[in-house]
Amino acid sequence: MIRFLLNGLLRDRSRSLFPLLTVFFGVLLTVFLQAWINGAITSVVDSTARYRTGHVLVMTRAYAKEADQMPIDLALLGVDTLMTGLRHDDPDLLWTPRISFGGLLDIPDEHHETRAQAPVRGMAVDLLSPDSPERTILDVRDAVVRGRAPVRHGEILVGEDLAERLQIQPGDTATLISSTMYGSMSITNFVVVGTLRFGIVAMDKGTLVADVADIQQALDMADGAGEIIGFFRDGVYHEERANAVAAGFNQRFAAVPSSPTAAFAPVMGTLRTQSGLSDYLDYIDAFSVVIVGVFLVAMFVVLWNAGLTGSLRRYGELGVRLAVGEDKTHVYLTLLAESLLIGVIGSAAGTLAGLTVAYYLQIHGFNIGTIMKDSTMLIPNIVRARVTPLTFVIGFLPGVLATLSGTALSGIGIYKRQTSQLFKELES
Amino acid sequence: MQDLPLVVTHALDKTYALGQTTLKALDGIDLAISRGEFVGLVGPSGSGKTTLLNIIGALDVPTSGSAEILGRSVETLTHREAARLRNEHLGFIFQTFNLLPVYTVFENVEFPLLLQGIETGRRKQMVEEALAWVGLADRADSRPSQLSGGQSQRVAIARAIVKKPDVVLADEPTANLDAANSHHIMKTMLQLNRDLHTTFVFATHDEKVIGYLHRTITLVDGRIARDEHAGDSSHS
Repeated sequence: MIRFLLNGLLRDRSRSLFPLLTVFFGVLLTVFLQAWINGAITSVVDSTARYRTGHVLVMTRAYAKEADQMPIDLALLGVDTLMTGLRHDDPDLLWTPRISFGGLLDIPDEHHETRAQAPVRGMAVDLLSPDSPERTILDVRDAVVRGRAPVRHGEILVGEDLAERLQIQPGDTATLISSTMYGSMSITNFVVVGTLRFGIVAMDKGTLVADVADIQQALDMADGAGEIIGFFRDGVYHEERANAVAAGFNQRFAAVPSSPTAAFAPVMGTLRTQSGLSDYLDYIDAFSVVIVGVFLVAMFVVLWNAGLTGSLRRYGELGVRLAVGEDKTHVYLTLLAESLLIGVIGSAAGTLAGLTVAYYLQIHGFNIGTIMKDSTMLIPNIVRARVTPLTFVIGFLPGVLATLSGTALSGIGIYKRQTSQLFKELES
Repeated sequence: MQDLPLVVTHALDKTYALGQTTLKALDGIDLAISRGEFVGLVGPSGSGKTTLLNIIGALDVPTSGSAEILGRSVETLTHREAARLRNEHLGFIFQTFNLLPVYTVFENVEFPLLLQGIETGRRKQMVEEALAWVGLADRADSRPSQLSGGQSQRVAIARAIVKKPDVVLADEPTANLDAANSHHIMKTMLQLNRDLHTTFVFATHDEKVIGYLHRTITLVDGRIARDEHAGDSSHS
């Protein structure tokens, strides 16, 4: 009987090829989209963690409220003590201070007159300590395009785009004009030793990277930092653990609201609660469910219709089979068996093709830099797909299920056929 | 050749509801068909031939009265039991052949045996034997689309008789055939009736078929008007 059914499937293309192609393309798109959306989300999360918030982030309460403004006058003080406590309490995270600041970068000519100027967004990180966690988190050496990474105090890197705009060459002097933590004017000379490109439009437009100690000195922030970030040693965001770390910290540093220093008490947030990422991730999650759902529903409807069309086209065949003495349930089960076979083959082939495309885009990525040129989101120019264990089953199981349920629904008509009408039906 | 009846009906009625009214398709049919008979149900359109064939074929049930096929009451059979009865004991031949177009002649004939779960070697032997009976042993690998109308109907006959059923039911088997093919088909079935002692029951109004029948049951308005054996005549 199996050979009989297989022969029917192989010889009757409309019984096999059309449903097979439907399942194939439906599953391919589902697999690819899941991997692509997953890759994009992972990229955003990873970039946000590396370049902005870490996996957890310590700030003063006042700073946290105005974090987008980079209010260094509200920065943390007593950072060394805080860091010692954090490293002791939560050694599974790398802890490092950062200062985000704004300013004007002035490039003098040979007569020390201004040749070019531009506003910059600066990031001060620990570039010089031999055991700096930033070697793992930010790793500026990988991002250097021209010149080299700073190796001594007074050296900075500027974004390649900014360098091109201001015609800065490695070795040039640059003056940072900013304000100190206490509101005084700050003018500090640095040597630009290299240019860098992180591959993220929002980071590359006007970025300056300096060592945290240099900026502490320049902005009069002794033992201060805008924030302390914590980054899981395996580089992966563990939400439950991050929540636990933050809850423990916030309990230890719970401030009395009426205290005059309450605004400067440290508070810890997690990656998900920073930068509106929570809403974004929820939105993307919902969006990916909708996208995959739409494909599955569309596939189910098409296959259901294919099943109905097939049942009509095979009306005579099914009638003969019933007349000859095949039980209705047996006919129904053979239709299900045919669809199961088509579902499994189509879904397997679709999954394989989807994985191939996804793997290709995981390795090579897709450059969206030109589309994102005005974006302030921390999304890399090269977005890569990301294949996870879920990618292997997200198309396969629903593909088989959609094929089976489409046939199951359309095949119910068999039970409605009256054998007493078979002679009439088969002779019309 | 003839022994206990294979088909017995008693006071058989079949009524169809047509909106507010009812249509009596069969009215008090008393009938017995024995093994080896070559019998035809004849009559004009609407006389109840196909309805009676449906009931004898366990495709329908009477409204009242009884119909027994091989000692089993049709009206008490479940769908599954009726399907099993058709599969094991009855063969069907249709006016429009109804071969499965994607399968070869061999596979078409083989299908009823697949349902019976007969093992491959025996199945092959039975199909080859059936095709030899209808003179199509050399067309086993052909597709129905490659056959003439007469050849297609002979394949349908092979499919009906391959499992050596007790009764073959044929509804207007020559309606789509020319005269020469009609005679050929009837001679083939007559030969099978003689060689295999298979009972054939026809529903027909084709004079060419009637000429071959050993027994002719004439239906008029759902009643048996005449029941004649070849060579004599008797009124029911």
